[in-house]
Amino acid sequence: MSADPLVRARGLTKSFRPRGGLFRPRGPAFNAVDRVDLDVMASEIVGLVGESGSGKSTLGRILIRLIEPDEGTVHFGGTDLLALQGEELRRNRRDFQIVFQDPYGSLNPRMKIGDAIGEPLTIHRLVDGRAQRDERVAELLDRVGLDPAMATRYPHEFSGGQRQRVGIARAIACGPRFIVADEPVSALDAPVQAQIVNLLVDLQEQLGLSYLFIAHDLQLVRRICQRVVVMYFGRVVEEASAGELYREPRHPYTRALLAATPSIVPGRPAAPALSGEPPSQTAAPEGCPFHPRCPEAIDDCRRRDPALIRIGEGHRVACHVVEKTLE
Amino acid sequence: MPLLEVSDLRVHYSAADAPVRAVDGVSFSLQPGETYALVGESGCGKTATGLALLRLVEPGRIVGGRIVFEGRDLLGLSEEEMRRLRGARIGMVFQEAAAALNPVMRIGAQVGEALRIHRGMSRKEAHAEAVELLRLVALADPERQARAYPHELSGGMKQRVMLAIALSCSPALLIADEPTTALDVTIQAQILALLRELRDELSLTILLITHDLGVVAENADRVGVMYAGRLVEEASVDALFDKPEHPYTRGLLRAMPGAGPADERRLPTLPGTVPDPAHPPAGCRFHPRCSERFEPCDADEPELSGRPGGGRVACYLHRREAVG
Ligand SMILES: Nc1ncnc2c1ncn2[C@@H]1O[C@H](COP(=O)(O)OP(=O)(O)O)[C@@H](O)[C@H]1O
Ligand SMILES: Nc1ncnc2c1ncn2[C@@H]1O[C@H](COP(=O)(O)OP(=O)(O)O)[C@@H](O)[C@H]1O
Ligand SMILES: [Mg+2]
Ligand SMILES: [Mg+2]
Repeated sequence: MSADPLVRARGLTKSFRPRGGLFRPRGPAFNAVDRVDLDVMASEIVGLVGESGSGKSTLGRILIRLIEPDEGTVHFGGTDLLALQGEELRRNRRDFQIVFQDPYGSLNPRMKIGDAIGEPLTIHRLVDGRAQRDERVAELLDRVGLDPAMATRYPHEFSGGQRQRVGIARAIACGPRFIVADEPVSALDAPVQAQIVNLLVDLQEQLGLSYLFIAHDLQLVRRICQRVVVMYFGRVVEEASAGELYREPRHPYTRALLAATPSIVPGRPAAPALSGEPPSQTAAPEGCPFHPRCPEAIDDCRRRDPALIRIGEGHRVACHVVEKTLE
Repeated sequence: MPLLEVSDLRVHYSAADAPVRAVDGVSFSLQPGETYALVGESGCGKTATGLALLRLVEPGRIVGGRIVFEGRDLLGLSEEEMRRLRGARIGMVFQEAAAALNPVMRIGAQVGEALRIHRGMSRKEAHAEAVELLRLVALADPERQARAYPHELSGGMKQRVMLAIALSCSPALLIADEPTTALDVTIQAQILALLRELRDELSLTILLITHDLGVVAENADRVGVMYAGRLVEEASVDALFDKPEHPYTRGLLRAMPGAGPADERRLPTLPGTVPDPAHPPAGCRFHPRCSERFEPCDADEPELSGRPGGGRVACYLHRREAVG
């Protein structure tokens, strides 16, 4: 059963010093990503959830080498990604791509979208001449549900949903195997969000892609992901198959996130499951990073950092309280 | 008597060719103490409707309709009278709490400013009252936070400060425009719980503007669904979620990731997008996206009329059923 993962990350750590500001001196460094292990299998969609600032984007960017980690390794299809340099790295880049929350920011406003989508094809020398490139761009536009005639338009002429389709077309242009989708639908209204999610699922099935799907909507993640990873303050605190995570969330943080998800059934909601704010750009507290907000914290939680332990097939949790119930 | 009665409201923005009819004949009323949600996709005119209640639609114009608040026609008030009303009787919070705060002014002074302007308090009185307001919105350690600058606060804390400012002169009506859209679900749950508490404690009437039906289900009493500048359905929350009558409302509900069987990876979609309000389609504005359209839909615009289960709906399907 245990095939080799397409992406295999071990011990990833990345520290930042808080950005200074007009009135704010730079504080001491903190770990935005803290000793993270993660596997993504071929043709698998792994969901990555957690409050803002938990390190999801940083982790996603490390996996495709847009950010260099301080420690740890990333293997992609068996290749040591962090050892690749220069030409070799450039050649490998076509295998892994990213889709951003707002592709508008990453599209050049003065570049026609056909050129934006065609650019990676030219860079990776996947097309021979202008005619072939245009033909391939037309195919890509059609594939993401846009009219090929739109190739000559500029980004500002597109709606949010259409821009996201352009971002997806650009990401799949060179035939990648792995895509980091960083909150690709968070800025869209539900109906357009559904259109884009369905497109991502179609492409995943048709092209056998793997995604790391970063999202804050847990209902959405439940629908499309096989496995879900929950991050808190740079750590993985729980990981399980999507079915199991929603049926039997074990970490108090996962349970709180699920409880905070708005229901679409009218009625009085329960009191907020989680008080306080996620830690931001500060040094980790002693013990479990979640303990200051945890309704179940015991003495151990204030003293020792819990290890991520296996509690079932593919189910891992970092929590002293859960660990105690196993003893 | 309703606290607020809006009839046939029209708000236009100017554009190169035709006027942008952002709000195009909207009528609704708010009963004292209720939370009324305005929902619909981006660009449907929800914010423009909220701003019109404060007469703050610049560079647009209110080109028609009546807004009667506490028995007074707001469109007939002088600019000076309107200024006194804003902040004092009607408070407002927006999605971008951060942008609305002055970065170089302490939190306490910003909350106190409204008190000094509207209630003529001294600096010292205003500061003491500001601390009480920060306590009311459950900001931890209000004495200390009153001395902080906005950048020292998280997004959720800034939204609490905005609420304190909006509530500083005990308004009767609070307009909350996407108050939690930029926040994490955990913080959103806290702010929504706070809004419910404040409503009960202060007998507030709330106009809750949101594109997220999830926020509506648990927090509103009644809902108005807007599409392309028009109100297309209005009902109690229970009736709307139980049996949505307008195909647009049905489409919105079905597209929610939490709706339908969880093992189906694809979501039912509502194809297309909101039309350009400068050039809305003829007939029912929703007809190009509607899978249930029939003959009359592209010819004439349907009017709101009574809907089964109470409320109003603007759709020929329903008219056809009603006729036979
Ligand atoms: N270039 C950077 N410099 C300093 N801090 C950063 C930088 N990038 C991210 N951070 C900080 O690292 C933490 C994790 O950020 P991020 O990975 O963007 O989280 P998420 O995507 O989960 O919201 C946050 O506290 C963020 O402010
Ligand atoms: N300042 C403006 N100038 C021109 N058009 C505007 C302006 N503000 C809003 N609009 C247009 O008015 C319509 C309604 O906008 P808005 O009320 O913000 O919708 P919503 O809040 O439902 O997303 C949109 O088509 C929008 O583009
Ligand atoms: Mg992020
Ligand atoms: Mg708006």
